[in-house]
Amino acid sequence: MKVGVVTFPGSLDDVDARRAVTIAGGEAVALWHGDHGLRDVDAVVLPGGFSYGDYLRCGAIARFAPVMTEVVEAAKSGMPVLGICNGFQILCESHLLPGALIRNDHRKFVCRDQPLRIESTSTAWTSRYDEGAVVTLVLKNGEGGYVADDATLDRLEGDGRVVARYLGGNPNGSLRDIAGISNERGNVVGLMPHPEHAAEGLCGPGTDGLPFFTSVLQALTAA
Amino acid sequence: MARVVVDVMLKPEILDPQGKAVHGALSRLGFDGVVDVRQGKRFELELEGDVTEERLAEVRKAAETLLSNPVIEDYTVRVEQQ
Repeated sequence: MKVGVVTFPGSLDDVDARRAVTIAGGEAVALWHGDHGLRDVDAVVLPGGFSYGDYLRCGAIARFAPVMTEVVEAAKSGMPVLGICNGFQILCESHLLPGALIRNDHRKFVCRDQPLRIESTSTAWTSRYDEGAVVTLVLKNGEGGYVADDATLDRLEGDGRVVARYLGGNPNGSLRDIAGISNERGNVVGLMPHPEHAAEGLCGPGTDGLPFFTSVLQALTAA
Repeated sequence: MARVVVDVMLKPEILDPQGKAVHGALSRLGFDGVVDVRQGKRFELELEGDVTEERLAEVRKAAETLLSNPVIEDYTVRVEQQ
């Protein structure tokens, strides 16, 4: 199963994301922001970083990169897409996910091992977790405050589309402690913390992030 | 040439940490009597030829598509007389 990882100018975590795909047993494929076409991948990861220098708004320019035409199209027809950190911002700017991410309420960059609760296991990226599982992933962002209007937040919670929530204190001002959400179909997931940095024991806070990648491989094999 | 100015501001209900930081700095510098600060963005678009209603409609579309994120921001468009 091939999982593509897009590199934008300013992406930082594309190599770690490809590595996590490989550790999970998949074939990682490098995708380039300036190319049209997805090289026959079965799923796509939009990695963390500072695409286009975060100019204008985080993710606002990456959203219009050539490769995003195909990513948006594929996401709408059901291909699994995971946006991590800057990738989450790109998914919101692309309107594949509702809401937006704004500057942390305390104005400082946050970088820490962050406990989370996995609240939805019915997405393509979280099926291998136990519902309610408490995991620790790296969180590192300056603009990670998730915002949406109350009606949208109520709908996300009512439909079980809050994928992960922060535990032990809110690190960035995200409304209702939301760390990640999915679209209605569950194939598109946006997540502020970094599962790709918790994919092997040698570095990072453990391997709690690996199931994001094994989940999608399982979903693709089953499909 | 004509200049069209697009001002983009966070919606009133969205927290503005930058504005808060500026507000705090103003107070520390002794600029009293400032109750609140909101920080926005200003874009100056230089257009070829005259500004027509059609051109303005296009600028509004650009403001909605790229210059602002309608989920969290409002924008205004005005023609600057030169």
